[in-house]
This record gives sequence, C-alpha cells and structure tokens, in this order.
Amino acid sequence: MAAFWKRNQQKLAPWLFLLPGVAMFLIYVIIPIFQSIDISFYAWDGLGEKVWVGLGNYVELFGDEAFYTSLKNNVIWLVLYMLALPAGLFVALFLNQTVRGIRIYKSLFFFPFVISQVVVGLVFSWFYDPSNGLLNLALQALGFEPVPVLADENWVTYGIIAAGLWPQTAYCMILYLTGLNAIDPEQIEAARLDNARGWKMLWYVVLPQLRPATFIAVVVTVIGALRSFDLVSIMTDGGPWGSSRVLAFYMYEQAFSEYGFRMGYGAAIAVVLFAIMMVYIVGFLWKMYRDERGGR
Amino acid sequence: MFPRPIETATRPVSIAYKVALPIALIIWLLPLIAVALTSIRSAGDINAGNYWGWPTDFHLLENYTAIFENTPIGQYILNSFKVTIPTVIGAVALSCMTGFALAVYGFRGNLLVFFMFIAGNFVPFQILMVPVRDLTLQLGIYNTITGLALFHIAFQTGFCTLFMRNFIKALPRELIEAARVEGVSEIRIFWYVVLPLMKPAIAALSVLIFTFIWNDYFWATVLTQGADTQPITAGLYSLNGQWVAAWHLVSAGSIVAALPPVLMFFLMQRHFIAGLTLGAVK
Repeated sequence: MAAFWKRNQQKLAPWLFLLPGVAMFLIYVIIPIFQSIDISFYAWDGLGEKVWVGLGNYVELFGDEAFYTSLKNNVIWLVLYMLALPAGLFVALFLNQTVRGIRIYKSLFFFPFVISQVVVGLVFSWFYDPSNGLLNLALQALGFEPVPVLADENWVTYGIIAAGLWPQTAYCMILYLTGLNAIDPEQIEAARLDNARGWKMLWYVVLPQLRPATFIAVVVTVIGALRSFDLVSIMTDGGPWGSSRVLAFYMYEQAFSEYGFRMGYGAAIAVVLFAIMMVYIVGFLWKMYRDERGGR
Repeated sequence: MFPRPIETATRPVSIAYKVALPIALIIWLLPLIAVALTSIRSAGDINAGNYWGWPTDFHLLENYTAIFENTPIGQYILNSFKVTIPTVIGAVALSCMTGFALAVYGFRGNLLVFFMFIAGNFVPFQILMVPVRDLTLQLGIYNTITGLALFHIAFQTGFCTLFMRNFIKALPRELIEAARVEGVSEIRIFWYVVLPLMKPAIAALSVLIFTFIWNDYFWATVLTQGADTQPITAGLYSLNGQWVAAWHLVSAGSIVAALPPVLMFFLMQRHFIAGLTLGAVK
C-alpha cells in the first residue's frame, strides 16, 4: 500500500486534492443545472407528483405577457448597465492623482460596492420617496413636478437601474484605477513627445493598455445585470403591476409565490435566463482557453 | 501617468481640483449621507416632515437602541456571522486544495475541471434555485444555518478556485521541483511549501467572500425563513415591511447591516482590492 502510494502519488494526489471541492460543486451547482432543465419539462407544485408536459411550459412562455415584460427589462438592464464602464473610467481618471489624501477618497468612492444591495435598495427607495425624498425635493426646487419614480411604470425600471449603477460604477472604477496604475509610463511619455493629448491619448494609447481591465469590467457588469434580483425585490417587488420584473425576479415569483408553487414554469424561465448567460460564459471560456494555450 | 499629474498644472487648475474632490465625493455619497442623517432623527421630525432641515434633537442612541430592543435585528446579525464565517473558512480551505491541484499537476482533464468551476461560478442563481431548495429539504437542513452555509461553500468554491489556481500558477515552479527531488511527499509539499506562500491570496479571498456572503440576499430568502435563521439582509427586508414610513428606523437598520462589511473593507483594503481586481492587469 505504502509502496503503491509512493510510486503513484503524483498521479493520485491531484484527484485527492480535488475530491472535496469538486464533489461539493457537482452536488450544489453542476447537477442542479441539469435538474432544472429536466424540471422545466414538467408541471410541478414542489410537493406532489411531477406531470410531464414536454415543451408545454415553453409554449406557455411565448404567450405570457409578463415574460415579455421581464425579458424586455432584462435587455434594458443589460444595455444601461454598460454605462457603468464609461462612468467608472471617468471617475477613475478623475481620481488617478497623487494629491494628499487621495487614497481615502478612492476608498470612499468605492464605498457603495461594499454595502449590500438590500441596503442600496433601501437607500434609493428613500432617495426616490415621492413626498420627502431628496430627488423630488431637488426637482421641486428646480420647478419640476415631483416624479414618484418607483410607482410609475414608465420610470420604475430606470430608477432601479440607476440604483444598481451606483455600486457597479464603483466596481468598474476600482478595476480601471488598478489598470491605470499598471500603465507603462514610458509609452505615455513617448506619446506626449509626439504631441498626443486629451482624447487622442486616451483612445489610442491609454485604452488599449486598459483592455484587461475593460474585459473584466464587461464580464462583471453583464453578470451583475443578468443577476439583478435583489434591487427589484427590495425596491418594488416587481411592481407597479409587474412592470419592473426581470427574468430572475419573475422566475422566483412563479416558483414560490403566494399564487402557488409553479416549479416547472419557473424552471423554464430560469433556463431562458441561463441560455442568455451561456452566450457570455462560452465567450469568456473561449478567451480563457486561448490565453491558456498561448501562455504555454 | 495619465491623466497628467495635477501638480504640474497651473495653480488655479490645481486648486480647482482640490475643491472639486470633496464636492464630488459628497454628491457621490449623497444617498448614503441622507440615510445616515435620517437615522439620528426623532420620530417627531419624521412625522412633521422635517427630513432635511436641522434635526430638532438628536436621537442617535434612541433610534439605534430601539431597533435592537424592539426587533430581532441582533439575532439577524448573529445569524449573518454564523453563515458567513464558516463559509469563508470552508470555501477558502476547499479552494486551496483544488487550486493547488489544478495549478501544479498537468493531468488529463485539468482544463476541463478548471472550466467547470469557472462556468459554474457565472450561472444565474435561478437555474439552481429549485433543485438546491429541494436537495436542502431532503437533507432535512432547510431553514437552518447549516443548509445555507453548505450551499454558499459549494458555490463560492468556483470563484475561489479560479483565484487560487491563478495565484499558485504564478509561484516559482522550481520550489516544488526542488522539494520533489528531495523526496518530499506531495501532501507535504502542499502543506509546507505552497500553503505558506498563499497567505496573501487567502487573506484577499477571505475578505471578498466575507463581503459577498454577508450581502447575499437571494439565497437567504430561498433557503431560510423567520428570525431564528435568516441573516440580516433578509431580515431588513421583513423589518422594512413592519416599519412602514418609519424611515428613521429603516435607516438605522440599514446602517447597522452595512457596518460589518464596511469595517472589513477598511481594515483589509489592500487585500480586498487585490482580490477584486484579479486579472485587471496583465
């Protein structure tokens, strides 16, 4: 036994080290993905017998107006969330100085990312409060009518996204600050000698060097946009009249809501969300694969 | 350096910058400052609509004592710690091992296992929700701290493995080779050679995972219910329902809930940012 271990330990050791982590990950993450796909072909209330309905849940999705609202909102989230990148870059450029106390400024600007989205949601609900919120007091001071942002179906999604952009911009800012720190100063000086400045410098010299930071920022922002559940749940619970739902929230609502447990239908919504996310996951893995091969 | 250092600019520009900094910061944190100010107001002020004027009197102690005395917020906070700390330990421990295996050994299927962790780390939570809840129910740990922490450990292992693997990969390979030539067993190499070098990675991941799990809301609502087991995020949601329009209490509760990750961030800032910006620099 001991001799066998001595001879083969280099082959066996990696699997021993992997075993607990891989087992946990398979049980709680990988297998459930397939189980969810399976459940999406059944009608199931979570307790009784599952009834096979084939593509029935998906067919129902096609005629479900709430599904389209959620899907449309998800697209709005995805597009507008991308504003976190330029905004984060802007703040990072603003803060990339060496004046006294700049470190404390950088950390305080990063603050919104550290606090929970539940707190961010409550903070912004208060900010939007129609009678006494700061936003509406400011609007009134400027002579506009107050807008009940979270009770108005035309504004509600934008209001929630604005709340989400707050921490997300902070996140992108910190990524870009780190990227700016690592920029090759000689290239900048060389470009300066060639009279590059301002926008030209940013576009042709700085941004290409920030590509790794931009890549990570895109990845985390897309994931953040598609995972948007907390803010919707805290700020509006999907309302008014379901107009601020997103897929992640609608799925939860269908699967465990007061209207009864529709696990199969919920799973079908989750599969759609998963399929959208899969596009990004595959792209990310493809890039990692190329880097790994290139890195050898 | 880009943009050009402000010291090299003209004096008025430099002064303008130094004035703009605090103003920008106040605007940026305005929603948070508003909440902090509201949390020390009296109920009288709130009812009288005095939200933004000078408080008629300061109720810092009253409001914060009130939320601890009249609500289970203390219990919620305790639950948060009970979920968060074991998750940090569990996920970091598991990923030290998986990261080591994936970084050091060139076995077949290495990339496949690595990509499984990465892909799993990115999936939307909703695709896991129904089966994970079902599994937790079947194991008899639904609505327990253990059930919630076990899921978190498993899920966070994905991100942690990505982090640890890349960290160990960047360590000098000669150290491991030299130990092998000396006849040191693989397990001792892990424990005595690699693990001591991983301290910065362990620190960075610990603060990150602490913050992620402390701030988790979705899984808290899926896997737990009621004040005995729910962490503070889910607790705040239900308290918010009870405190309709009692904004001074909502605000105080929010501040209390935000405090532990904020403290963690300030104490371990360097590690936190190192962890978060992994891969942002080549």
